[in-house]
Amino acid sequence: MEDFTPVSGLAGGMLIGLATVLLMLFNGRIAGISGIVGGLMARKGYGVGWRAMFAGGLLLGAVGYMLATGGNFPVQIQVSSPIVVVAGLLVGFGSRLGSGCTSGHGVSGIARLSGRSIVATLVFMGTAIVTVFLTGHVL
Amino acid sequence: MPGMAVALFSGTLFGLGLAVSGMANPQKVLGFLDVAGGWDPTLAFVMGGALLVAFPALHLVFGRGRPVLAEDFELPATTRVDARLVGGSVLFGVGWGLSGFCPGPAVVALVPALTTGLLPAFAFAAAMVAGMVLYEWISR
Repeated sequence: MEDFTPVSGLAGGMLIGLATVLLMLFNGRIAGISGIVGGLMARKGYGVGWRAMFAGGLLLGAVGYMLATGGNFPVQIQVSSPIVVVAGLLVGFGSRLGSGCTSGHGVSGIARLSGRSIVATLVFMGTAIVTVFLTGHVL
Repeated sequence: MPGMAVALFSGTLFGLGLAVSGMANPQKVLGFLDVAGGWDPTLAFVMGGALLVAFPALHLVFGRGRPVLAEDFELPATTRVDARLVGGSVLFGVGWGLSGFCPGPAVVALVPALTTGLLPAFAFAAAMVAGMVLYEWISR
């Protein structure tokens, strides 16, 4: 548990919660990243503008953090490149097929007590925990 | 136009939150998912913090009846738990567990990856987008 950072975790989580509330209060939209980024790939070019703005904001937030702290934040990827690519395909396809990811289901959906989102969150979190257990401790 | 500014601002706060929380680092997310290893419970505090704000505030927001800048709240019409929801979540969970990346962090991580030249971060984002495009082709 040497890496446990509850204070910055809670603070960052509250910022994510605030972002979620503002997008719903003003625009009536769910702050779900897979839906927003995936919606940019949709054939019908409907709602591209606000999705592009939100996605640009994600990058801007990262830039802002680096400017404010005067440094990078860590991104460590320790798995092999083929696994990275397979995982990316699964995350992109699966989150779209399942209508959401950690943000849309895990935050917005749970906050409005959506049964679908609660099931989805339990399923993807459970599957991820089993995957990490199998790859890290069994295989 | 104001809606565009809100989307940009909300995205910025969201990206900032992911950077502050440490969740843009897949290794830290894997530390949470690895319950049999040196478990790092931080991700639960991130989701807890988000829900602490969103749960009461969204209740108030929905109580207004309509959003400030739009006609209606755009919420999913379906309430059924079906095979697509469960199957998609299984696939997503496997990918998340293999890499430690979910969609938000995958986007946010591109910024530090640009300065450090971390190619796998770009490979993941490109593959994720390809998976989303594949979904659009299949589901039409």
